[in-house]
Amino acid sequence: MQLTEIRIAGFGGQGVILSAMVLGKAASIFEKGYATVTQNFGPEARGGACSAQLIISDTPVAYPYVTQPDIMVVMSQEAYNRFAPELKDGGTLIVEQDLVRVTGLDKKKEIKVYGIPATRIAESLGKKMVLNSVMVGFFTALTGLLDPDAVRKAVADSVPSNFRELNLQAFDKGFECGSTASPNTVETELEAESVTEAG
Amino acid sequence: MKADPRGVLTGEHFIDGDHACCEGALAAGARFAAGYPITPSTEVVERFAARVPTVGGTFIQMEDELAASITLQGAVWGGAKAFTVTSGPGFSLMMEHIGYAAMTETPCVFVDVQRGGPSTGLPTLPAQADMMQARWGSHGDYAVIALCPNSPQECFDLTIKAFNLAEEFRVPVMFMMDEVVGHMTEKVVIPPADQIEVTPRKHTKKSVEEFEPYNTNGDMVPEIAHAGEGYKFHVTGLTHDERGYPNMTPQTQDRLVRRLQNKITSAADRIAMFEEADLNDADVVVVSYGITSRVAQRAIDTAREQGLKVGKLRLITAWPFPEKKIRELAGRVKAFVVPELNLGQMALEVERAAGGQAKTFSLTHAGGSVHHPEDILKVIVEASR
Amino acid sequence: MSTDLNTALLNDDVANPVEPFLRTDRMPHIWCPGCGIGTTVNCFARALIESKVDLQSLALVSGIGCTGRVAGYVALDSFHTTHGRAIPFATGLKLANPKLNVVVYSGDGDLAAIGGNHLIHAARRNIDLKVICVNNLIYAMTGGQTAPTTPDHATTSTNPYGTFEPSFNLPHLVEAAGAVYVARWTTFHVRQLARAIGEAFHKKGFSFIEVISPCPTLYQRRNKLGDGLDTMKYYKAKSKVRNGAPTSDVGLTISGEIIVGKFVDRDRPDYQNLMHAQYVDSLGDRFVEPMEAEAVCS
Repeated sequence: MQLTEIRIAGFGGQGVILSAMVLGKAASIFEKGYATVTQNFGPEARGGACSAQLIISDTPVAYPYVTQPDIMVVMSQEAYNRFAPELKDGGTLIVEQDLVRVTGLDKKKEIKVYGIPATRIAESLGKKMVLNSVMVGFFTALTGLLDPDAVRKAVADSVPSNFRELNLQAFDKGFECGSTASPNTVETELEAESVTEAG
Repeated sequence: MKADPRGVLTGEHFIDGDHACCEGALAAGARFAAGYPITPSTEVVERFAARVPTVGGTFIQMEDELAASITLQGAVWGGAKAFTVTSGPGFSLMMEHIGYAAMTETPCVFVDVQRGGPSTGLPTLPAQADMMQARWGSHGDYAVIALCPNSPQECFDLTIKAFNLAEEFRVPVMFMMDEVVGHMTEKVVIPPADQIEVTPRKHTKKSVEEFEPYNTNGDMVPEIAHAGEGYKFHVTGLTHDERGYPNMTPQTQDRLVRRLQNKITSAADRIAMFEEADLNDADVVVVSYGITSRVAQRAIDTAREQGLKVGKLRLITAWPFPEKKIRELAGRVKAFVVPELNLGQMALEVERAAGGQAKTFSLTHAGGSVHHPEDILKVIVEASR
Repeated sequence: MSTDLNTALLNDDVANPVEPFLRTDRMPHIWCPGCGIGTTVNCFARALIESKVDLQSLALVSGIGCTGRVAGYVALDSFHTTHGRAIPFATGLKLANPKLNVVVYSGDGDLAAIGGNHLIHAARRNIDLKVICVNNLIYAMTGGQTAPTTPDHATTSTNPYGTFEPSFNLPHLVEAAGAVYVARWTTFHVRQLARAIGEAFHKKGFSFIEVISPCPTLYQRRNKLGDGLDTMKYYKAKSKVRNGAPTSDVGLTISGEIIVGKFVDRDRPDYQNLMHAQYVDSLGDRFVEPMEAEAVCS
């Protein structure tokens, strides 16, 4: 668990902050690592754009902010437009594929892009609001950064007890998708579009 | 004595600094808080309001910060350990009552989660610009203790320490958080109650006839009694003698005010807490506190990777200022670099304590974000030359 | 009543029956000749005797001003706090130790101007406090400036050509805010005042007693209203006892009649009762009673 900078962003109500909390808790409580979560507060954090920064490391975290994220999870177009350029070379971009059109990514940066229809999956499970647990499951499977059991425990520990089962189902579903996902399937087609636009 | 287990939420938690501060207060035995909502501090009392009815105690939301900051003192004299929580504008309103607590020697804790100022400033963004206000904000001469946590874990640990110091010295203790530390979430380990040392109130064991509320009996800190115990004592913000009676002579004023100051300054070495690293071979020492200490750490690490002899001195106690430590270092290092989220407050203290023996580089920032570690690095490089 | 007091009261050597309530080692007091504050303290002490209040559990809290000095003269646990903040201090004292009987004793400037916000909020919350407001219609300690209670056209040091701002009708204000007991007497009505204070001790909730009192040095003299004795004559001639009078009718003028009496005597649950009920309702078995005070001591 070397120092990894993660940004999670979307709009209010998607569980952006909770996702960061779950992953941070998994790393620092259910595994023996360290994690720091910071978030935007105030009027700008009510509705609209919403973003959390998460640093995970096997040594104590000093500087608490993301400078160049290794991993970015984006769940809205606005968040994508605002934050995607920050991504580190060779970094990982995870998108809610129904809500984000991945355009204009610098090919030289060799970013691995993964997409998942998290909202649709959550709806199919019966509650749209568990999309963040789908995302967390997806993240866990394809990054391999954290022990899946630890994250699962963190999900169970972080949600209201009456929604625990549903969130765990959502996590498992996301994890399953992540285990079989291959990078850039979403991006390839979108990149073609952006090339067309450029032409 | 050991902490009352009812207030101690033993275990590992992933919580922010504000919540950790609340848990620290509960663990320390605080059973009364009076507050007034203000960003970015309100989460402390929100948690207290939710927790305290299940622990045994009272939270009251007052009509303003003036009320909150004196209500808590009424509670102290009623026998409770009590605190209030605020941020810049509210802290300004509380100044008169910090003076009252100092004058009447009311043990209590004022938490200030610092945000950008002056005035309404930056309600949701960090600063460290209340440091001098914490020390000098109320009129007249007095001394306080101020602590600066740099993580949620320290928000827990040092809040307990703040209450303990308040009781030991019968002084208001300023708990100087900042917005980043208050809103940052990390693991916080809360030990079992029997591993938490809590300082009991310095309550008198004297009889009603023997007791004089401000007689120190040769010590620097008098013993206290609570209302309702039969002592029939008087407490006033006026200059008072050992009986607690108003006495407006220069002699009484001199004796009282000097003692209020000396009881803290004479114990400065004992109160001083700091974290130090790589000071033995240091040419340059970065002096920082609160969130800035964590930003500076990155700059220090990079500087050492580059072969610069940089040491770290993190102030945990800001007041009384650990000037002996600075003076001692000043005799053997080239320079101090003092980054802080203000236009140079504690840097002045470092410069004063250094007494011209080492140069002080004040690295200012008006607040709203933290320093760029590269900016701190640049000054370290400059100071190393 | 404590035993030492009983003994003292039976002892012929005690010249004044209220002496045991006073810090005699602090006499003489600072109040001017003709000032009414001492009279109110006398009434307060008589009320303590008559109502048999336990003195050990009685605490007195004052703010700043001439009346604020009462805290320094009574042989009780007494707190001379900051300007305007006696009520919030008393609130903390009462909440931390509900067994205490807490009296707030202060002046009109302290309670109604700088402390006005706390006055209405404590009445709204119905904190169990007995507030005695000595209203001398002026800022006396600082030299006779306009108070929010100064009647129209009175001359003060800050309104040398006469005041023109409307003044507060304090009984009306605190009734509207929620006080359960509201009375007004003057320093001429010593028996009625002592009785009112005694009644307030038996009320649970926010009680407010306004005492109209002379400031011969600054208010009466500057307004050519004579000395202390003239003021007593005025109080006697112009006071009208109207118990139950609508508080909207009891505003004061510079030389008009003074409606006195008990205006409000009602019951509603006090803050601590409401808090307790709410927590029990919401938390059930999880609710823990606030701790006893001794818990902070070793």
